[in-house]
Amino acid sequence: MSGIMRRPSLFRPKGPIDQSLLAENRALLADIDRRKLLRGTLSIGALMLLSGCKFTDTKVMQAFLMGVSSFNDGVQELIFRPNHLAPTFTEADVIKPPRFNAYYEIEDVKPVDGATWKLELAGLIKDKRPWTAQQIAALPEQELIVRHICVEGWDYIGQWSGVNFKTFLERVGADLTAKYIAFKCADDYTESIDMATALHPQTILATKYAKQPITDPFGYPLRLRTATKLGFKNPKWITSIEVTNEFPNTYWLKQGFNWYSGI
Amino acid sequence: MTDAVVKSQARHSQAPHERIATRRLHPLPLRIMHWVNAIAIFIMILSGWKIYNDEVLFGWLHFPDAILPGPWAQHGLQWHFFGMWIFAINGLCYLTYGLASGRFRTMLLPISISGVLKTARDALLFRLKHDDLTHYNMVQRVLYVGVMLVGIVILLSGLSIWKPVQFSELASIFYSFQTARLVHFLCMTAIVGFILVHVSLALLVPRSLLAMITGGPRVPAEPRQDERPLPQQAKL
Repeated sequence: MSGIMRRPSLFRPKGPIDQSLLAENRALLADIDRRKLLRGTLSIGALMLLSGCKFTDTKVMQAFLMGVSSFNDGVQELIFRPNHLAPTFTEADVIKPPRFNAYYEIEDVKPVDGATWKLELAGLIKDKRPWTAQQIAALPEQELIVRHICVEGWDYIGQWSGVNFKTFLERVGADLTAKYIAFKCADDYTESIDMATALHPQTILATKYAKQPITDPFGYPLRLRTATKLGFKNPKWITSIEVTNEFPNTYWLKQGFNWYSGI
Repeated sequence: MTDAVVKSQARHSQAPHERIATRRLHPLPLRIMHWVNAIAIFIMILSGWKIYNDEVLFGWLHFPDAILPGPWAQHGLQWHFFGMWIFAINGLCYLTYGLASGRFRTMLLPISISGVLKTARDALLFRLKHDDLTHYNMVQRVLYVGVMLVGIVILLSGLSIWKPVQFSELASIFYSFQTARLVHFLCMTAIVGFILVHVSLALLVPRSLLAMITGGPRVPAEPRQDERPLPQQAKL
C-alpha cells in the first residue's frame, strides 16, 4: 500500500513545461474563454428566466417553497412578542373610508343582513350559544387606531372599535390553551390565526370604523381586526368562530400565501 | 513562525532559496460565499420585482412579468422569503470572515477622496491597468465597501417591511412603512447598478472572473509586515 503511494505519479510530466507554448497562445486562450463565458452566462440566464415562471408552479417546487413557508411560520411564532404593542396613531391620521381588500372586487360584495345574522361558535368552547348583533353591541368596546398593511404592499391607518377578542373568548369559555382560531365568513372566505395572536391586547372583534357601524364592503356586521397580522388575516363578515387544535386550512394558504403572515 | 511556514520549508528543504507560505488571492470559503451570494441576490431581485409589481411604487415602472418567477405574487413572496435566509446567513458569514481575516482591512482600506477622484479620472480616460488582481484600486474599494453597506441597509429595511410591529423599534428608523419600502427599493436599484458595473468589468477582464472560480494568483499567506499594525509584544 505505502509502496504504491510513494511511486511518482504516472501523470506527472517528465520534463519541465514548455513555457513558450503557453506564451504563444495566451491571447487565443483568453479570447476563447471570454466568448465562452459570455455565451454561457447569457444562455444560462435566458434559460432560467424563460422557465422561472412555470418552474415555480410545479408540484416539486411548490412542495419545497411551501415547506420553507411553513418553516417561516415557526420562526414568526418564535419572534412574536405577546405583549409588544403595535404603533398607534391619532384620529387625524385615519382615512375614511378604509381601503378595500378581498379576493374579488368591491362591486361584488354581497351585504349581510344584520337583523338575521348570527355568530356561531364551535370547537373547544364551553358556551356555544350563537350571538346576535345586538348582543355583541352590548359588549365593552375597545378602540384601535393602527396601521393596516396589505400583503401587496399598500397600507393605511384605520380606526376600529369592538370587543377585545381575549375578553370575548374568556366570556364564552374558550380553551385558551388550544392552538388555533378558525373563522368562516358569509362570502365563503376562510381564515385562521394562532392563539397567541388571538390573545394579543390589540386583537378585537370590530363592529365600528371611525366610530360608525362598519359599512358593507368592510365587514358589516362583524370582522376581526388584529394589529399584528397582514390585512388578509383579518376576516370580514364573520359567521362562525371555532377554537381548535387541528390546523385549519385557509383560503389564501391554499393559493400559496404564508399562513402565519405576522407583521 | 507559523506552522504553515515550517511545513512549507520542510517540504521544500531542497529548494535553493527559502519559500514562504502562500495562499490563493481568493480563499475557497470566500469564493463559495461569493457565488452563494450571487445566487441569493439573483433570487431576491427577481422575486422582489414580482412582489413590487403587485403594488408599484412608481406608476411608470412595472417589471416584465415574463422574466419573473411564478404566475402570481405569492410565488414572488415564496422565493423572497426563501432567498432571504441564504442572503442573510451567507452575508453575515461573509462580513464576519472579511473582518476577522483582515481581508477587508488589507484589500479595501485605506480609501482617500483624492485617490478615488484620481482613479475615477483614469478610468474614464481608459488609463486604468488591471494587471494586478491582488490590488483593488480606489474606485473598486469604494464600490465594494459601498455595496456591503447597501447590503446591510437592504436587510434592515427588509426586516422593517416584514415585521413592522415585532421590530417596531427598527422600523421607526425608516420613518413609515412606505418609506421603508422606498429605501428597500432604492437599495435594490443601487445593487442592480453595482452588478451591471461589476459583471461588465469581470467579463472585460476574464482573469478576474476566473480568479473568483479557481482562486486566482498565489499571494503570501500573511499580510505584509508593513501593512499590519505593530504588535505590542512578540508572541513567539
